[in-house]
Amino acid sequence: MPLEGDIAQRKTTFKQIGTRPIRPDGVDKVTGRARFGADASAPGMLIGKVLRSPHAHARIRKINTAKAEALAGVKAVVTRDDFKDRNDALRDVLVNCMARDKALYDGHAVAAVAATTAAIADKALKLIVVDYEVLPHVTDVDEAMKPGAPILDKTMFTNNVEPKPTKPSNVASRCEFALGDIKAGFAKADVVVERSFKTEATHQGYIEPHACLANLGPDGQGEIWVCTQGHYMIRNTCADLLGLDISKLRVTASEIGGGFGGKTTVFIEPVALALSRKSGRPVKMVMTRNEVFRATGPTSSTSMRIKVGTTRDGRITAAEADLRYQGGAFPGSPVELGAMTAFACYDLENVKAVGYDVITNRPKQAAYRAPGAPMAAFAVESVIDELAKKIRMDPVDFRLKNAAKQGTKSAYGPTFGPIGLIQTLEAIKAHPNYRAPLGPNQGRGLASGFWFNFAGQTCTTLNVNLDGTVALAVGTPDIGGSRASMCLMAAEELGIGYEQVRTIVADTSSLGYNDVTDGSRVTFASGLATIMAAREVIKKMCARAAKTWGISADAVTWEDGQAKPAGSNAGNFKPMSFKEIAAASHSTGGPLAGHHEINADGAGVSFATHLCDVEVDPETGYTRVLRYTIAQDAGKAIHPSYVEGQFQGGAAQGIGWALNEEYIYGKDGRLQNAGFLDYRIPVASDCPMIDTIIVEVANPKHPYGVRGVGETSIVPPMGAIANAVSAAIGVRMLELPMSPPRIVHALDSRLKKAAD
Amino acid sequence: MARVMLGGTLKSLAGNTPVLEVDAKTIREVLDRVGEVYPSLLPILDRVAVAVDGQIYRNQWFAAVKPDSEVFILPPMAGG
Amino acid sequence: MSGHHVTTTINGDSVEFVCEPQESLLDVLRNHLGLTGAKEGCGTGDCGACSIELDGRLVCSCLVLGAEAEGRKIRTIEGMAKGDKLHPLQKKFLEHAALQCGICTPGFLVAARALLERTPNPTETQVRYWLAGNLCRCTGYDKIVRAVLATAVEMKQEKRHAA
Ligand code: FES
Ligand code: FES
Repeated sequence: MPLEGDIAQRKTTFKQIGTRPIRPDGVDKVTGRARFGADASAPGMLIGKVLRSPHAHARIRKINTAKAEALAGVKAVVTRDDFKDRNDALRDVLVNCMARDKALYDGHAVAAVAATTAAIADKALKLIVVDYEVLPHVTDVDEAMKPGAPILDKTMFTNNVEPKPTKPSNVASRCEFALGDIKAGFAKADVVVERSFKTEATHQGYIEPHACLANLGPDGQGEIWVCTQGHYMIRNTCADLLGLDISKLRVTASEIGGGFGGKTTVFIEPVALALSRKSGRPVKMVMTRNEVFRATGPTSSTSMRIKVGTTRDGRITAAEADLRYQGGAFPGSPVELGAMTAFACYDLENVKAVGYDVITNRPKQAAYRAPGAPMAAFAVESVIDELAKKIRMDPVDFRLKNAAKQGTKSAYGPTFGPIGLIQTLEAIKAHPNYRAPLGPNQGRGLASGFWFNFAGQTCTTLNVNLDGTVALAVGTPDIGGSRASMCLMAAEELGIGYEQVRTIVADTSSLGYNDVTDGSRVTFASGLATIMAAREVIKKMCARAAKTWGISADAVTWEDGQAKPAGSNAGNFKPMSFKEIAAASHSTGGPLAGHHEINADGAGVSFATHLCDVEVDPETGYTRVLRYTIAQDAGKAIHPSYVEGQFQGGAAQGIGWALNEEYIYGKDGRLQNAGFLDYRIPVASDCPMIDTIIVEVANPKHPYGVRGVGETSIVPPMGAIANAVSAAIGVRMLELPMSPPRIVHALDSRLKKAAD
Repeated sequence: MARVMLGGTLKSLAGNTPVLEVDAKTIREVLDRVGEVYPSLLPILDRVAVAVDGQIYRNQWFAAVKPDSEVFILPPMAGG
Repeated sequence: MSGHHVTTTINGDSVEFVCEPQESLLDVLRNHLGLTGAKEGCGTGDCGACSIELDGRLVCSCLVLGAEAEGRKIRTIEGMAKGDKLHPLQKKFLEHAALQCGICTPGFLVAARALLERTPNPTETQVRYWLAGNLCRCTGYDKIVRAVLATAVEMKQEKRHAA
């Protein structure tokens, strides 16, 4: 492949990469000018709202919309009857957007209206009469697996088990990853720890609720403005669900107010388009925070059993995991990724991880930063910590002794190339925070974590302007400062100033297909495409210079942002700068542009180690995080500030997941805490300064060595914090979140045990 | 002959098969061979991830496979 | 529907609007007046994305009725920069990369300005507790807190220079 050759043109010294310029969209964002999902409006616009099921599980016998339709100001009502049934890969997506025969969770969309004002739309929702037959429900993963549990889908028989089940169940499938012989491995162990863990579902918690503005005419041509991690995904999915040609739907990605994986699918967008088509007017829909919690995708809740054995001198001989993840009312929990990543930090001969994908009456889970990995890492890292204590070995040394490195056959199969786990462990060990003195009720914990990182389909265009500036169009929404990184890479490659490049996120009709911004792929993949597009421009510029000088194109080279004759043989010409070639372009052959499309691979796995000190108040069970330190391999940090930001943001989300955040369901199967007051995400006063160490082990598959960085940072925190809390209170914490009541309960049971 | 192994769900779908030796120069050819041997995998073979000598590919038919390559076919993967 | 006719001052300009009795000030700003800098993250006073100043008090505009704006003075993010001159907080937020997605940023800036106007020399703890009403899901707050502290230092120096 030509790509291989081009990437071989590796750069290791940089003029601009690694600096920290101000992001190009910065001024818009500090002045309130940046336009997010809910900031758009259109003439004649209607407001769309959704009616949601108040039941966790119910058959929908009938929906009567007559009264709502008759209300003055109501222009359209849609229900399941407005979307064609389907039986393919998009079936679950559609059913999740609009319930069909059954409401499968509290908050499941049942109908939607579009009206001239929000108040009228709200009133219309109350006039829709839904005849429900309430069914028994189940929301806990262990309960859902029990024989006799309420069955959500009578046609679901567990996949991949022998013999084939004869009865339907809530277990969609089983998966297994294994290496060596765990029986033999455990036989060699001197110490074995086996523990069971549970984690509650958490929400990505992006501050911007889902929002869109849709316009679809009777000619089947439409547009939609939407906050999403992937506007091409929105286009393709919506076109399919509404029966439109892909070319007829143009999607513009607004600025996006956080996603973390939660905005990689559709919820209200197909509904808004259907309402717009029916009413003949633009329709704006904005979710409330209550809807975001009840009806978009949180992550899985889990139940896990982990068993690990080690020799007395600290070599792990066998490791085993049983993972049960519920993914809401549809199959597809990330349990398989949990099983693959659970032991990825370790170089193991004998390992087995089994996963069960379970459905319950909860909203369909959506990706959340390194989907599936953090829960398993919490459980595994807790057991590793306990083992280290049992054999009286420093927890860093224990991990170092067993750490995965280049050439390790990973627990999920493939062999690792150059990786940076050991460097992150050593960096943590060398950090002063590893030796800071601890007071009473304080504890220290650490944990490592792994994520794959993905790349995917990417398409980028770079246009050179007459004045020597550059317009760069990428198709990946900028979710955390990626436009700054794109500008840096283009500027570095072209040898021009950072300010000379302006990067925009192009709409779906202006640029070829791009996968969603997920898997920590943007800086890697869009960056790669940007570098390649820039190299194409350079090639064309060299050719223009060659023509100008009347020499052959291969007698021209590119150095420091200018075209030069390759040597004295080529002739004696004054080098032409980027700016000069651009200025003459109208006379040398017309506009200069570079383009690159690629299905990129090799985003480069990445590892991190987190270190955390906590203090637990034994009276109230409140945990304060005192110190937090992160070392993570970024391959090469393009804009270090935003790399640090990714590390710190992941850690803060992890602090929330570890200590407070949880979906709480009542006996009625309804979500009890669908708001930021009761679903408490960390605030500034809950967090300390978060120290970061950027480890750089170059990724051989990127011209600058970049690895994805966005997701790994949420993998280690729960383990690190659980180990710290357990050390502080002297009781092993096995459930997340470690909220004050759970900690008080753990302390009470220790006292009771001591008294007995 | 490249050594092809199946991971996770795929392994059980194919009836817990051991290693497969296939004659293939690209991922596409590997997938074709695997599909011939295990028709039960056909419905998902166009969505799987494939690791060739440690490098994970998603949807890359033409990535090269060497005669001594170690190939893992892994379940479909996505990030956040 | 009987609308309320309201006369108020926003960022120094006198403004008139008609709103429904149940409409929040945030809805009025965003939907009637085109001032979309204040964001709605929750609508229940829990996220601070809608922060504005009402007669010098920092409030969540989602908890204020549009009708309550009558005769009051409102300051929003749109009035923070003076012409093409950014407020020192805005500059420091950019320099410190104190925003990732930026949806929380207007709220943080308005809240931080209110803090620095009352407490020009805040400690890290004061900054963290003052800003505890503003949620940010992206940054882990580290760079936001640093930006606010750095602004305080710079504004103090500027004042000294001016004096
Ligand atoms: S929108 Fe007002 S506090 Fe959240
Ligand atoms: S920068 Fe995204 S919420 Fe604060």
